[in-house]
Amino acid sequence: MNDQNKRQNDADPILRVENISKSFGGVKAVVGVNFDLHEGQLLGVIGPNGSGKTTLVNLITGFLKPDQGKIVYKGKDINGWAPYRIARVGIARTFQMIRPFAELPSFKNLIIPLYSPRVKALSGGQYGDLDAVAKDYLEEVGFERESAVTYKAAGSLPHGYLKRLELAKCLALRSDLIILDELFSGLSIAELASIVPIIEKLVSEGKTVIMIEHRLRELFRIADRVVVLNYGSVIADGIPCEVMERSEVRKAYLGSE
Amino acid sequence: MKQKRKERIDRGIKARSDDVFSLNSFREMLYVAVPPLAPVLLLVILPLVLPSYWQKVLISTCVFALLAMSWDFLVGVGMVSLGQALFFGVGSYIAGVSNKILGVPIWIDLPIATVLGGLICTVLLTPVLRLRGVYFSMVTLVLPLMLERIIEAAGIFGGTEGITGIKTFANPFVESYVIVLVTLFALFAFRRLVTTDYGLVLKAIKDNDRAVMSVGINIYWMKAQALFITGCVGSFCGAFLTHVYGFVGMPSFALDYSILPLSAAVVGGMGTFAGSFIGAFILVPLSEALRGIGGLRIVLYSFFLVVFIVALPEGIFHYIQRKYQQFERWVEVDK
Repeated sequence: MNDQNKRQNDADPILRVENISKSFGGVKAVVGVNFDLHEGQLLGVIGPNGSGKTTLVNLITGFLKPDQGKIVYKGKDINGWAPYRIARVGIARTFQMIRPFAELPSFKNLIIPLYSPRVKALSGGQYGDLDAVAKDYLEEVGFERESAVTYKAAGSLPHGYLKRLELAKCLALRSDLIILDELFSGLSIAELASIVPIIEKLVSEGKTVIMIEHRLRELFRIADRVVVLNYGSVIADGIPCEVMERSEVRKAYLGSE
Repeated sequence: MKQKRKERIDRGIKARSDDVFSLNSFREMLYVAVPPLAPVLLLVILPLVLPSYWQKVLISTCVFALLAMSWDFLVGVGMVSLGQALFFGVGSYIAGVSNKILGVPIWIDLPIATVLGGLICTVLLTPVLRLRGVYFSMVTLVLPLMLERIIEAAGIFGGTEGITGIKTFANPFVESYVIVLVTLFALFAFRRLVTTDYGLVLKAIKDNDRAVMSVGINIYWMKAQALFITGCVGSFCGAFLTHVYGFVGMPSFALDYSILPLSAAVVGGMGTFAGSFIGAFILVPLSEALRGIGGLRIVLYSFFLVVFIVALPEGIFHYIQRKYQQFERWVEVDK
């Protein structure tokens, strides 16, 4: 165990998921999932399609209520809270299916997170000129300043920009825990190369990140730890290279050993 | 293969007047100033020149314009109401009851009915704020009809007879100018409101309510605020007409007050408020003008409605706006 892990294990976890389960009708989407997440970690959640990854995100962010179990964020039991309350205490997320506020120009899309009570509280109870701040965030995720895409209706943006816009919306909340649901899917190598440093920067700033991913190669390069889900249960939890060696993980992914 | 395609180009004067600093001729100033000034001038002059019958028509036109604008506003937040009559009726009855039974004078009565009506409607609709789309619409459609039956069955507030002998306005000019000023105020206030940050958040709820929730905004609270704003406008209309006719009764919950604003907004062009305004100023006088021809009136009226909607699905306002801002020409393109 290296020094970093030692330090993290001493402190209280920022997020603790205890034995949560959720089923839809007869389908058990998430079954008794447990994990702790420490501040500053980048956790990857992987698993085959339908293994309950997005359900897990929805449970943590309050879009779904768990049938049983407990979710503790910074010592507060946030189980059963409404999504907006969870967002206010500092958990931000992106959506897998990206639906921007289509009619608004890109930078105006960021007005919505910037108008959030959380941001207002963080900036001392004042909103100020949100347009300028919005453009700063867009620049941070790779929209060229004062370029045409900044002013274009978000509905007409290409996929790569939509993903970045989604990320910018998440950043604008200045949350401590950021959950990215399949952010990398559908991005080109070049686009990935510009987005990965943004996430690395987040982690270096001390933010905690959970990434749901299918693009394992890119994920393994930046993740501190990986949780593998299959049929709603955790089948492996550990550092990336080690996890992929395990036989049950290979079985889930490849169908054989 | 050669094919014709319509090309649209912004007029030079539009491009120049987008930036306020580049106004450098009287013509450019007029280009910017005429569209907002036209409705103001029209509404300020009309009460002075119209005969008394048409002054009443102007009043009900303004009322329908207000209802249409408030409907449009609610649609912009993702709530398609089929029951503007609810807001209208609640306002009417509050004004009627407080004036006749409690003896509250008109000028105190109107603001009270406006705010209280907005509050009551918001509270009535709070349980269904979570409903989306057609489910919300159905509840709003049923609520005014339900209130109407409650009044009939319980015999409260004058029952089927209604309440008569409510104070009317001192003279027709006061009457006209009150509604004209409120209509103009609402038109510009609504147009301004939707461009503010607050308005953008409301609009975003329509586009993607989950995304709005996920940034920490309580969308049900925002929706309740939007309902309150709409409710206030609707209740004001009801309270005002109660004082114009000196009467309030079950017809205040009639379907007309739900459907006509909706068609005015659709014919005029949704999402602009100016469209609702134009729509009401076409449909209501049209309906009055057709009164002379008797039984065929509704047929002709409906026919006009269909023609408008088929020929200009985008709405009259959007059409005019496009013509005002852009050249259109047919160009040949390769296909």
